[in-house]
Amino acid sequence: MRFNKFLVLFSIISFMMFLGSSSSFAKKPLKIGSFLAVTGPASFLGDPELKTLQMYIEEINAKGGVDGHKIEFVHYDTKGKAKEAKNFVNRLIKKDRVDVIIGGTTSGNTLAVIDIVQRAKVPFISLAGSIKIVEPVKKWVFKTPHTDKMAAQKIFEDMKKRGITKIALITGNGGFDKSGRAQCLALAPKYGIKIVADEQYNNSDTDMTTQLTKIRATDAQAILNFGFGKAPAIVAKNAKQLGIKLPIYESHGVASKKFIELAGDAANGIRLPAAALIVADQLPDTDPQKSVLLSYKKKFEAKYGPVSTFGGHAYDALFIVVNAVKRAGVIDRAKIRDEIEKTKGFVGTGGVFNMSPTDHLGLGLDAFKMIEIQNGKWKLLY
Amino acid sequence: MDQLLQFFISGLTVGSIYALVALGFSIIYNASDVVNFAQGEFVMIGAMSAIFMLKAGIPYPLAIFLAILTSATVGLCLEKFAIEPAKRATVVTTIIITIGASIFLRGAALLIWGKDIYGLPPFTDNTPIHIGRATMLPQNLWVMLGTAFLVIVVKYFFDKTRVGKAILACSYNKKAAYLVGINVKTMLLIAYGLSAALGAVAGVLIAPITFMTYGAGVMLGLKGFCAAILGGMGNSMGAVLGGVILGIVETVGAGFISSGYKDAIAFFVILLVLFFKPSGILGKGEVERV
Repeated sequence: MRFNKFLVLFSIISFMMFLGSSSSFAKKPLKIGSFLAVTGPASFLGDPELKTLQMYIEEINAKGGVDGHKIEFVHYDTKGKAKEAKNFVNRLIKKDRVDVIIGGTTSGNTLAVIDIVQRAKVPFISLAGSIKIVEPVKKWVFKTPHTDKMAAQKIFEDMKKRGITKIALITGNGGFDKSGRAQCLALAPKYGIKIVADEQYNNSDTDMTTQLTKIRATDAQAILNFGFGKAPAIVAKNAKQLGIKLPIYESHGVASKKFIELAGDAANGIRLPAAALIVADQLPDTDPQKSVLLSYKKKFEAKYGPVSTFGGHAYDALFIVVNAVKRAGVIDRAKIRDEIEKTKGFVGTGGVFNMSPTDHLGLGLDAFKMIEIQNGKWKLLY
Repeated sequence: MDQLLQFFISGLTVGSIYALVALGFSIIYNASDVVNFAQGEFVMIGAMSAIFMLKAGIPYPLAIFLAILTSATVGLCLEKFAIEPAKRATVVTTIIITIGASIFLRGAALLIWGKDIYGLPPFTDNTPIHIGRATMLPQNLWVMLGTAFLVIVVKYFFDKTRVGKAILACSYNKKAAYLVGINVKTMLLIAYGLSAALGAVAGVLIAPITFMTYGAGVMLGLKGFCAAILGGMGNSMGAVLGGVILGIVETVGAGFISSGYKDAIAFFVILLVLFFKPSGILGKGEVERV
């Protein structure tokens, strides 16, 4: 009998040891799923996003994970196609059983999967621009990038300050351009601004002098060009060629060094709203974003080369999730969602996020900086 | 009136770009009745290789020359490794091969040069030239000059040189050409090489105005194709006429009707022309061989 007692005791002790050890080195992993347009036409967005996620997840795991939960990262490339996005999100939810989804590089890709994540009840942080993603609010959907609506508001505020009341709008035929144009047309009356010309071009066009000649014949006091890629650079060059002296505003779509490189000296004097990342070193030291931005920039550039604001959106999304998991203390979709919604005062690359049940973006207009290009360099105005 | 003049000049500058690309289609078409859908990619390869050679420190004129050579080599390889092995292919099959080739070349360019947008410095001074209140850039003049020069070269080549005539003979009747001692294979090879070189010249001339990416060839090729169809496929004068008409219709349409419908207006005019004259403005009517 003694022997039996000893055996029971021994098995209890060993069982407890087993329990203890298993909980210390095999804590449940945090599964983050992602679907990004790494190749295809939106690759300039998706590529830095993926690199950012991979770089920081590696770093977090090297430090022992999120409160001991290692991050398991599952990623699919949508090539920018909405249909692929749907397939991959279904796979992330049903097969990979991820806890959180970060991704949806373009607005099209994001809007295509909203129904799926809502039904499956998986927290999803989108990296796309459109205001439609968070307006009206959807319970499980959040986003980190600034919206085109904010860009239009920031531009109109600046115009108002300069006493500009009549403007000419010139936009491309892409999704970003069209959505931006719609926001401009809708918001202009609220700022007492009249749009006297509404010209359009094809994003692959080689010359915009025709549209600009028409604008020259109006009484516009400024030109607003909502677009991205090479077209805005051609607009800037053509305006200079035609001798148009009106102030030109661009959207945040041109906030990359490439624009200055392409437009050359025609870029000087152009104003645009943009995330603080491109003028990080010009921010006052008191700005809470400065250290976050400089550290992100340094890390990214050391590994991959020139930084872009787009990768920054992925950084913001990842750390909003990481912080939410820390606060929740458990890996549970519903609890993580609740904590994401409670994000307050999170300093990211896009600005300071304060989310709420009615605001799933959480950025104010101050998250955009007004920037002017001077002598081929970004100059922070305010 | 000021506006009209500017629209006209803008149309002419855009049109000369289309014409330049359209010209490239004529050689291969004349040699084999095939519309080469990789023509836009030849333009892109010419411009991109010039841009990167210039970046590597090669002097501008030499970089341009080497870029044309690079593109010509690509054209030769395309014929040797994709068109020639499909000897018995019909015209339609060959056209599909060129579409495949264009996708392949675009992919290769993406891998080699990345996704970024690049520009070339203008050949000469960049101060706009004023004509009344209308303006144009000196580079536009280069494009027009280049187009005019190449039209003459292409016309001379087909009308006066033995090789040019031999290429034309191949397109009329391959077997007969072969029987009178023309090496059909070599002629096709020459046609692809020349056509790629011509594309490269176009690319280098327009890159300072429009910028280049790995995918820019698609739209340029398409517009060039429209211009060629409009003017009459295979006719070098027709290519120029088609290009200029397309350019002016686009700008005047955008100027007086709506810039949002610019392409729609242009395509409507093309459809209209093709409805009444299917072979294009300067094209010779189809002759049914019995």
